[in-house]
Amino acid sequence: MKGSVIKYEQDNIDTDVILPGPYLKIHDYDELAKHAMEGLDKDFHKKVKPGDFIVAGRNFGCGSSREHAPIALSSSGIKAVLALSFARIFYRNAVDGAFLLPIEIDENVYKDISDGDSLEIDTAKNEIKNLTKNKTYKIKPFPDLIGKIIAAGGLFNYKP
Amino acid sequence: MLNITEKILARASGKSKVSPGDVVFVNVDKVMVHDVSGPGVIAVFEKLRKSGMKIEKLWDPDKVWVAEDHFVPAADKISAQNVVLLTNFTKQFGIKKHFKYGMGQYGICHTLSHEEAMVLPGEVYVGGDSHTNTTGALGAFAAGLGHTDVAYVMLNGKIWFKIPETLYFKLNGKLPDYVMAKDFILKIIGDIGTDGAAYNTMQFGGTGISEMSVEERLTLTNMSTEAGAKSGIIEPDQKLRDYLAARGATKYNEVHGDADAQYKKVYEYEASELEPIVAKPFSPENTVVARELSSIDLDKAYIGSCTGAKLEDLRAVAKILKGRTVKIRTEILPAAISIFRKAMDEGLLKIFMDAGVVVGPPTCGACCGAHMGVLAKDEVCISTTNRNFPGRMGHIESKTYLASPLVTAASAVTGKITDPRDLK
Repeated sequence: MKGSVIKYEQDNIDTDVILPGPYLKIHDYDELAKHAMEGLDKDFHKKVKPGDFIVAGRNFGCGSSREHAPIALSSSGIKAVLALSFARIFYRNAVDGAFLLPIEIDENVYKDISDGDSLEIDTAKNEIKNLTKNKTYKIKPFPDLIGKIIAAGGLFNYKP
Repeated sequence: MLNITEKILARASGKSKVSPGDVVFVNVDKVMVHDVSGPGVIAVFEKLRKSGMKIEKLWDPDKVWVAEDHFVPAADKISAQNVVLLTNFTKQFGIKKHFKYGMGQYGICHTLSHEEAMVLPGEVYVGGDSHTNTTGALGAFAAGLGHTDVAYVMLNGKIWFKIPETLYFKLNGKLPDYVMAKDFILKIIGDIGTDGAAYNTMQFGGTGISEMSVEERLTLTNMSTEAGAKSGIIEPDQKLRDYLAARGATKYNEVHGDADAQYKKVYEYEASELEPIVAKPFSPENTVVARELSSIDLDKAYIGSCTGAKLEDLRAVAKILKGRTVKIRTEILPAAISIFRKAMDEGLLKIFMDAGVVVGPPTCGACCGAHMGVLAKDEVCISTTNRNFPGRMGHIESKTYLASPLVTAASAVTGKITDPRDLK
């Protein structure tokens, strides 16, 4: 996966800003994409390109259980979110619904990646190449079941 | 050596023992959706059908129940259509427990879970809403899930969980006058942060919890979500048995932790040292004692939601509002029709209306900034709800302070953030 980075140097980016409450009544995936990140970044839908990655701080996706949040990001073209940590429901929604990859990064990687950097993510090798900075970062492999669900293409395709 | 959560999840996964970190598929006893997550699940079913899956029946329609709470009364045409979708869904799959707006008992899903004893001690309960944790005060494992996971449960009757580690919060002694469970949970979130219990269970116990009513306990488990917890839980006792018996539930299998149960960490609080607490914008962890905020001018007071509009919350508000009038726009929305009726029978509604308050129907509407009284730009609100993220209750530049029903009511009277002990 290759794409460029949209970075929010912020902890606790909650689902209320990823997809604000008034749009919870919407279940059309393309319509949701128009409102992605609206509570934090009004220009997000203009700047996001298919294949992009979001980089953020601690506890990404905290707050409500709305699956609208990973859906809106995924429908906008986001393929992975790289964060210091994830809130639990956002994490499992992203994986079980096969919307995007939630990838935990450490503090050094978080600091090193800049907005606009071009990255290549290889989950088979557990590494991220920063093509802009010509560096390679190691990432932790996904926990066993999570890796299997991702490989299957979501919970419904996974056979326990 | 297992705690209550480990015992419930071991039983539900068919194992004699589980340890934190184990990933297991657990059998679910009850599953709930509302008018946001229900249409979300319907959209997942549609996606699965398009990929070739046949979906003709649910795993067990008698274990599925449905609430209408977020966008009722219908906020607009889309919301009205979602309720129609939900109604067709329950008819199609033979779901009998659907609490419908305008047809007797209805209300916020988490409130119905205890008011109607929809969930019982020892059960595994999942819901399409993050505050599903609330119901853990009934001695059940209760956790929120997204649409795909809930759809999976509805079709398969099970779901994966990582066995959580448990943080034990021990409250020593009875809460002082004018201090409520809301103050205690805000104090905890201020101490540990909004990810302080991430992926863990928060268990509450000690003499202070034994002294506490079931409704107050529900405020603690409700806001375990705001500390990032997977679930919140309290062990069953006689108070809970009486509460459930009053709602017709007497048969269930209680689960209790072993005497030598293991916890990741134990936090101790002395009830006598707790004071009214307020969480400032824009995070529930942003807490200070209410008295420090006495110069903050307010535009609105909101008493509603699964967190702060149970019967005892309304009684607390009435204690303050009796014989007084409000200085700012104030709304009180009981969390369920059964609570609305009890508030009427007890004369609370008269006290509210005499004070100049608007009393409205149960809904999540304004708590999540969707409808029914959202905030304008720069407006400042004090609220008995559970979240105050940017834009949560309306305009992105509005501000919400989270407080107990007593602090919120006292502030409604003065128009400034007010510790109820300072009210003249």
